[in-house]
Amino acid sequence: MFDGLILLIWTLIKIVLIIVPLLIAVAYFTLAERKVIGSMQVRVGPNRVGWCGLLQPFADLFKLLTKEVIVPTNSSRFLFLIAPVLSLAPAFAAWAVIPFSDQLVLADINAGLLYVLAMTSLGVYGVIIAGWASNSKYAFLGSMRSAAQIVAYEIAMGFALIGVLMLSGSLNMREIVLAQGGGIGHWFVVPLFPLAIVYFISGVAETNRAPFDVAEGESEIVAGFHVDYSGMAFAVFFLAEYANMIMISALMTIMFLGGWLSPIDGVGDGFHWFLIKTAFSMFLFLWFRATFPRYRYDQIMRLGWKVFIPVTIVWIAVVGVAVFYGVEPWFDIRDLQTAGQAALEVASGDGS
Amino acid sequence: MPEIRNYTLNFGPQHPAAHGVLRLVLEMDGEVIERADPHIGLLHRGTEKLAESKPYNQSIGYMDRLDYVSMMCNEHGYVLAIEKLLGIEVPERAQYIRVMFDEITRLLNHLMWIGAHALDVGAMSMFLYAFREREDLMDCYEAVSGARLHATYYRPGGVARDLPDFMPQYEESKWRSKSAAAKANKNRQGSLLDFIDDFTTRFPGYVDEYETLLTDNRIWKQRTVGIGVVSPERALQMGFTGPMLRGSGIEWDLRKKQPYEVYDRMAFDIPVGTNGDCYDRYLVRMEEMRQSNSIIRQCLEWIRNNPGPVLTEDHKIAPPKRETMKGDMEALIHHFKLFTEGFCLPEGEAYAAIEHPKGEFGCYLISDGANKPYRLKVRAPGFAHLSGLDEMTRGHMLSDVVAIIGTQDIVFGEIDR
Repeated sequence: MFDGLILLIWTLIKIVLIIVPLLIAVAYFTLAERKVIGSMQVRVGPNRVGWCGLLQPFADLFKLLTKEVIVPTNSSRFLFLIAPVLSLAPAFAAWAVIPFSDQLVLADINAGLLYVLAMTSLGVYGVIIAGWASNSKYAFLGSMRSAAQIVAYEIAMGFALIGVLMLSGSLNMREIVLAQGGGIGHWFVVPLFPLAIVYFISGVAETNRAPFDVAEGESEIVAGFHVDYSGMAFAVFFLAEYANMIMISALMTIMFLGGWLSPIDGVGDGFHWFLIKTAFSMFLFLWFRATFPRYRYDQIMRLGWKVFIPVTIVWIAVVGVAVFYGVEPWFDIRDLQTAGQAALEVASGDGS
Repeated sequence: MPEIRNYTLNFGPQHPAAHGVLRLVLEMDGEVIERADPHIGLLHRGTEKLAESKPYNQSIGYMDRLDYVSMMCNEHGYVLAIEKLLGIEVPERAQYIRVMFDEITRLLNHLMWIGAHALDVGAMSMFLYAFREREDLMDCYEAVSGARLHATYYRPGGVARDLPDFMPQYEESKWRSKSAAAKANKNRQGSLLDFIDDFTTRFPGYVDEYETLLTDNRIWKQRTVGIGVVSPERALQMGFTGPMLRGSGIEWDLRKKQPYEVYDRMAFDIPVGTNGDCYDRYLVRMEEMRQSNSIIRQCLEWIRNNPGPVLTEDHKIAPPKRETMKGDMEALIHHFKLFTEGFCLPEGEAYAAIEHPKGEFGCYLISDGANKPYRLKVRAPGFAHLSGLDEMTRGHMLSDVVAIIGTQDIVFGEIDR
């Protein structure tokens, strides 16, 4: 009984230790976005609040907090208010299984990959319900687009991860990272390059970011699913969007870029590598946004169904053949597994 | 069984892609447009009616406010109609200045267009890049007229004043340090002509940058190729002009076909498209920017070497010089008459058209011999283009409507007038 209580409190503390830095990361990611895109567009970005605009996220937060959350008369009140929560909760919940370094993970569960896939695809319900509950034509169009888009890209994303599964032989996130040990040449991005690209682009599509932001579609359907939201309800959607972007970047790091492992075998592995790699992927999100025009809704479908899914299927077949014949140095699965096992033993030996 | 109805979407007037105050009623089958019904009149200010109650010169300022992204071209159409009815000669230098500022205006308009069009299609950065260049061009406007947008610079018989010998300078302030101000002033040390010279040498590089971002971009092509196709026959039937007509493959440009001012002395090409889709119109406008740039350079050369008057010497039309007014009775009388009742046009009617950045902009003037027009009719190119919107969007998707509005380069100031 007492042990259970301690475990509960300890877990809660760990959750807080993940959520709070995550929220701060989200806040400063919004600032980074405005600064990075600003400098790409020959302007300065926010620079009034705090030194170089460093307090801007808090100014935005307090502004949004003090604004009224308007619920449209014709909307379904309950669904309208539950939708932002529905999109935020999975965005945070998925972080439970992310290994930040060898030891830093909240829940080191076996089916971590499946859990992440489940959580990231739950987020779309918030978007769909928001568009539906608003009872507005623009919002409805946005949620319909989002629903169609998510189906196409979930599949491509899932297929891309099958490659990772085949190489690592595990669903556990920590083991996936450990299977990429041995320097930059052993990261999964090298043997699974097409899958990594497909995964990342699908991730961009799944987070509704440019150039796949048709659900939001600024210049077409104004703000899409959250056109009727205001105040904190609106801010929660943004929190979820940015948390998801960081999430996708973190997953990209774990699955393809070797997680916390250093590019040179065994030299200075640790949390900082995880941060650097994730930040790089996050930067790509911003770069895309500043560069590309927006896809049309049916073109996104075409890209998803007719390009990404065939590409992933072909590459999975290639990987299958390579694994079967144990092509060195990446596809010798038994070798990889023993390496992972050994690393695990070392790690647990350190822990005890 | 429930009745299946089309979805009616009210697009605008408060819509980020409505280019001002366009109200479109879209009838949609899912995302596919069945019918687009543009509603106009939300920016109607009665320009034509207002002109009927004012001396001719006082309406020039209203012309700026028609198509408010290509100001001086509107003025040009209006003063050209007056000059036609008066039958006066415009000094050569003024003609060159007008041509140069027409082309500067074309750049201003096309930069606004590429920015807004790309923003509509989702390429956000283009908008800011285009505005960086617009800033320099608006400084040129400011240098000659004192106003960045609504210049009121053209006059019947010439232009209001000669080009200035110096450029306005940036000053050190709380927001701009001394070194930043010095950097910003670097190309403003000489005359306006030097500044324009500097700009025109830089500008082709900027157009290259835009093309790098868009021309071969797969997404941009997917969004524009085959969208809003207008056949050459239909383009003529619907009264399209300017890049909208040239995009469909018809080589029609008033600057070549009915040269006014000194366009017959300029060497430039008319770009034409082949398919009549949004992408062709994009390419046509991009090439037009390069051609305009070369026309500006040709004018620059001539204006540098040929000083002279810029306003007609006929003081029944244009005010006399300030100094002569102080000593010369006749000049004082001219000045007084001009600024109290203006000048009268002979009875008759005239239509003058120019190649406006958006197409053929014409002014039809009927005079009953008074000091104000009996009737002024403005032929706005955008009006005909907007009328074709329904036909161009039919069968396309909602996102394409936005791209088509962008490619039509609609500005409501001239459509609603």
